[in-house]
Amino acid sequence: MLRLFTKIFLTPKNTISIQSVASAQEDVVVIGEKMQSKIKKLFRGSLAIRQVDAGSDNACEQELTALSNVFYDIERFGIHFVASPRHADMLMVTGPVTRNMAEALKRAYHATPDPKIVVAIGDDAVSGGIYNGSYSVQDGVGDTIPVDYHIPGDPPSPRTILCHLLKILEVLEEKSAQQII
Amino acid sequence: MIDAIVLSSGFIVLVSCFVIGAIGAVLLRKHDALANIWSSFLAIVGSLCGILFSFLALGFSQVTSFTLGSFISPLVSISFTIDKLSVFFIFVISLVALFCSLYGIGYVKHFYKKYSIGALGFFYNLFIVGMLLVVTASNGLFFLIAWEIMSVASYFLVIYDRNDQKNVKAGFLYLVMTHIGTAFIILAFLLLYKFTGSFDFNSIRLGSALIPAYIKDIVFVLAMIGFGTKAGIIPLHIWLPVAHPAAPSHVSGLMSGVMIKTGVYMMIRIFVDILQPVPVWWGLVILVVGSVSALLGVLYALAERDIKQLLAYSSIENIGIILLGVGSSLAFLSLGMPTFALIGLVAALFHTLNHAVFKSILFLSAGSVINQTHTGNMEEHGGLIRHMPQTAFFFLMGSMAISALPPFNGFFSEWLIFQTLFKGMMEINFSAKWIFMASAGALAFTGGLALACFIKAFGSIFLARPRGSKARQAKESSYSLRMGMGGLAAGALLLGIFSANVMSILDRVVRDLSVFQLTPSFISVSPSQSLSSENISLVSAPVLFVSFIVTFIGILLATKYGVYKNQKVHLGTTWDCGTDLTPGMEITPTGLTRSIVTVFKGVLKPSIQHEIEYHDAESRYLPKSRTVILTLDDMYQVYLYIPLRNFITALSERAKEIQSGNINVYIMYIFIALLSSLFLLR
Amino acid sequence: MVIFLWIIQVFFISGLSPLGVGFVRKLKAKFQNRQGASIFQPYKDLWKLFHKDEIISTDASWIFTYTPIIIFATTFFVGASVPLFASFFGSTLASDMLVIIYTLAIGTFFLTLAGIDVGSAFGGFGSSREMTISALAEGGLLFVLLSAALRSNSTNLFTIATAEPFMHADTFLPTILAFFGFFIVLLAETARFPFDNPATHLELTMIHEAMILEYSGKKLALMEWASASKLLIFASLGVNLFFPWGMANSTQPSIILLSGIIFVVKILVVYTAVAVLESSIAKFRYFRLPDLLMVAFVLGGIGIALLI
Repeated sequence: MLRLFTKIFLTPKNTISIQSVASAQEDVVVIGEKMQSKIKKLFRGSLAIRQVDAGSDNACEQELTALSNVFYDIERFGIHFVASPRHADMLMVTGPVTRNMAEALKRAYHATPDPKIVVAIGDDAVSGGIYNGSYSVQDGVGDTIPVDYHIPGDPPSPRTILCHLLKILEVLEEKSAQQII
Repeated sequence: MIDAIVLSSGFIVLVSCFVIGAIGAVLLRKHDALANIWSSFLAIVGSLCGILFSFLALGFSQVTSFTLGSFISPLVSISFTIDKLSVFFIFVISLVALFCSLYGIGYVKHFYKKYSIGALGFFYNLFIVGMLLVVTASNGLFFLIAWEIMSVASYFLVIYDRNDQKNVKAGFLYLVMTHIGTAFIILAFLLLYKFTGSFDFNSIRLGSALIPAYIKDIVFVLAMIGFGTKAGIIPLHIWLPVAHPAAPSHVSGLMSGVMIKTGVYMMIRIFVDILQPVPVWWGLVILVVGSVSALLGVLYALAERDIKQLLAYSSIENIGIILLGVGSSLAFLSLGMPTFALIGLVAALFHTLNHAVFKSILFLSAGSVINQTHTGNMEEHGGLIRHMPQTAFFFLMGSMAISALPPFNGFFSEWLIFQTLFKGMMEINFSAKWIFMASAGALAFTGGLALACFIKAFGSIFLARPRGSKARQAKESSYSLRMGMGGLAAGALLLGIFSANVMSILDRVVRDLSVFQLTPSFISVSPSQSLSSENISLVSAPVLFVSFIVTFIGILLATKYGVYKNQKVHLGTTWDCGTDLTPGMEITPTGLTRSIVTVFKGVLKPSIQHEIEYHDAESRYLPKSRTVILTLDDMYQVYLYIPLRNFITALSERAKEIQSGNINVYIMYIFIALLSSLFLLR
Repeated sequence: MVIFLWIIQVFFISGLSPLGVGFVRKLKAKFQNRQGASIFQPYKDLWKLFHKDEIISTDASWIFTYTPIIIFATTFFVGASVPLFASFFGSTLASDMLVIIYTLAIGTFFLTLAGIDVGSAFGGFGSSREMTISALAEGGLLFVLLSAALRSNSTNLFTIATAEPFMHADTFLPTILAFFGFFIVLLAETARFPFDNPATHLELTMIHEAMILEYSGKKLALMEWASASKLLIFASLGVNLFFPWGMANSTQPSIILLSGIIFVVKILVVYTAVAVLESSIAKFRYFRLPDLLMVAFVLGGIGIALLI
């Protein structure tokens, strides 16, 4: 056990830095009205994400899981994943919303208290992706629940997701504003 | 002198209220409503007289003894001794009877036209008379007559709802068990008579030094079995869980709250008062019996599905806790530490009072629920807090009191019993301290398990969604039922807040006993209402209560108005992961406690029977129906009572062989008897 | 000066408990070679939760609505009554050992009822498990605290905490054994490893979390805060009852400062132990937990037996 601990502490840190994330230079895709800055300020220090799998092929889930690992370490920005939509501020929906999951997705949306953000992540959730036009899917999340942001990609890399999230919360602008000052 | 006259006449007035109520109920038996109102009203008047009488009598400083003369024979003298211990028990009986009678006015209405209300009123008042006579009787034979009145009256009350065969069988078991106990009591009294020459308790007390030690030990065992059967200690408890549910609910409250305490009263009377000095092992045996009853009682309560059976097992648990106090008191007396014995006995009496109050609330609320839903099975209840909000609130207060949560009364009596046991561990120097330590461990576990038990009871009946159609059409109970429950609930809270004053009154009650006459008081109540004692640590109930309320209100206001005043609260459905919620998704009472039953499976011996019926018996592929029966094996019937019964039956079969039917054999018997009596009378 | 100290005594536990939880999480992150959230992150979480709306189920009753306030009030009250760094707050009015245990039991009582109240599957079995663990832990908790009480012949917490600072040879072993038992009960009551995983998402592995799945907004904030306070209360009880060194007995600023630092150091040791434990072992299978609680009970029993 002691050997394990010494090995942990001697391993060099390789967490991705915030500049490296910012250099991904993604543009945030805003759907619907822009979120009030008051809400962004509320969530800037602490964001609880509930991930809803609406019939996805788990590619996006793998990338989302990678967000909590040592390299990307999303927890240092105050963002964490929660187990219940009642605890959540942001719903991250993956998958092209199959028919069986449409009702469940709506209930998850109504079970999340205001103010909330809905993000459709992955091409499947944005527009149906490679399943577009199939008889069993609703072609994207936008028809089932109102979506605030899209994160395109099939699947988007964790760095992209992280950059989008930080841009949604305007963390990057705030940090760069601090640096300018 | 005046005191004696006032007290004796007061007591006679008290008893006669109930007697008039009983006779009147019989005379009015043709009119249901009138009989009900007459018997209940007189019971209420009698109870108020009883409460007044006890407050009056606590002020007096002497013991009052009086007799009303003898009848049948000089041995049976109707004599009473009213010392403060009896007065305390009269108070407990009257307090519980007051609210149970109040509750009964409305409750009995659903027996109209089905059974005779006059009989109910008669036996109810006779039952209370029996209990009053039991706690004040001072002659052994008169005591037995009063004991029989109490038992037989309660038998008729248990089988009152006789359309249900279960109740009749329960009554029969109750009658048999209580008479077995009475037989042991008679033996004990006969032994005492043989060695002291009198049935009168006061004479026995004076002559107790003449009784040889081994006779005292035999009397101890006989009295423990006899009074223990009435009190419901394990393993003599098998009548409690069947008889208490069978009786009407206000009678259940009275039986569970008061009648089983008369067993404890007589134990205190005989062991602590009459037969002193006693050896140490008596107190230790009572401690062990109390610990076992407490632990097993609460474990069986946890496994129960019927609310009244759960409450009956919980009574067994609390009798165990009271016996912990009595046992430690006896042990301290034998070791020559009367101050600690005083604390122990005060704790036991306080717990008696508290248990009477909160068990009655629980039985009365359970009765309301059963009245409305027509079933006692908690599996079919659920969600009743919406339909019966006040009943739910009173049941919640009763549950908090019985789980020993401050600031209710149960906490303070358990706290005092803990202090007694801690003193035992700290002050005693030889092996007895291990038994005190084991008892403290048992009490600690019992407290936690009782909390779990009443979470289960309250949660299954009142919370979540209704699990069946019976629960959906329940309505709130009528006014008199709520007044009965509410009065007791308020009593539980007040007894908790003013527990220091109650303890100082009990201190005076216990010091009235002859063995404590010279012991200094252990407690005084300071002006800030806190308990002062140089022997035990302190706690202040009003400060606790006020701080709770202040903190609660402070935080309520701070969260509502201090931060984010514009918060909107929406109503939605329970988060169900996207599927519809059925009543089957809620946790059931069995599910709530299945983990604990599994943890304690060595003691409780749960068993599962699994039957599957298939569509096609040969291929056994598609099941048609599946039945799972979860039960607990009844250890006492299997290992104790059935072997005992078989043994006695076998003996009787052998004895039958004397009756051979042959007249020559009978003539030979007469001849043998003649010869042996001639020989013996030589 | 005394007023200032009174304010600290009353608000210390509730005020600094999120910091403690943040410290444990940061340490766990370090053990995973991550950076982790800052130690003030729980404060930010609570602030955000206080500014969110709530959704209450139609199946819930007043018990669901008032339970968070009751739980927070009981932990606040207990937090104000435990000995922290100064001995002269010892009121004999509310600081009895049994009062503390049973007041915390009020919190457990209402929490389990709230779990049953909403009628969801998770809340129900979360309550069932919490009931079992809590019922068995109470016996162990009483016994270990009793062995501490026997050293100073009183069940008042402040009397125990101001006992002589040096351990004699004959009180050393019982204290250590009882402290191990107390540590096991601390893990059980505050829902840490190996009893419960506070960061899990799998409902089948939840005990405490399952009961609060239905809460949102301010009520959720109160529940999380109360849970953090409970950890700090148990840690304070552990360090001050079993290792009663460094309690200030006068109001001189230098002595107060010194005792405050000693107290914080002791607490940090306990928190570090919790974090290291959570990084080293896995959560136990549910039916192994009663055995562990019996171990705590037996350790408490041995502690008592060696002292009486």
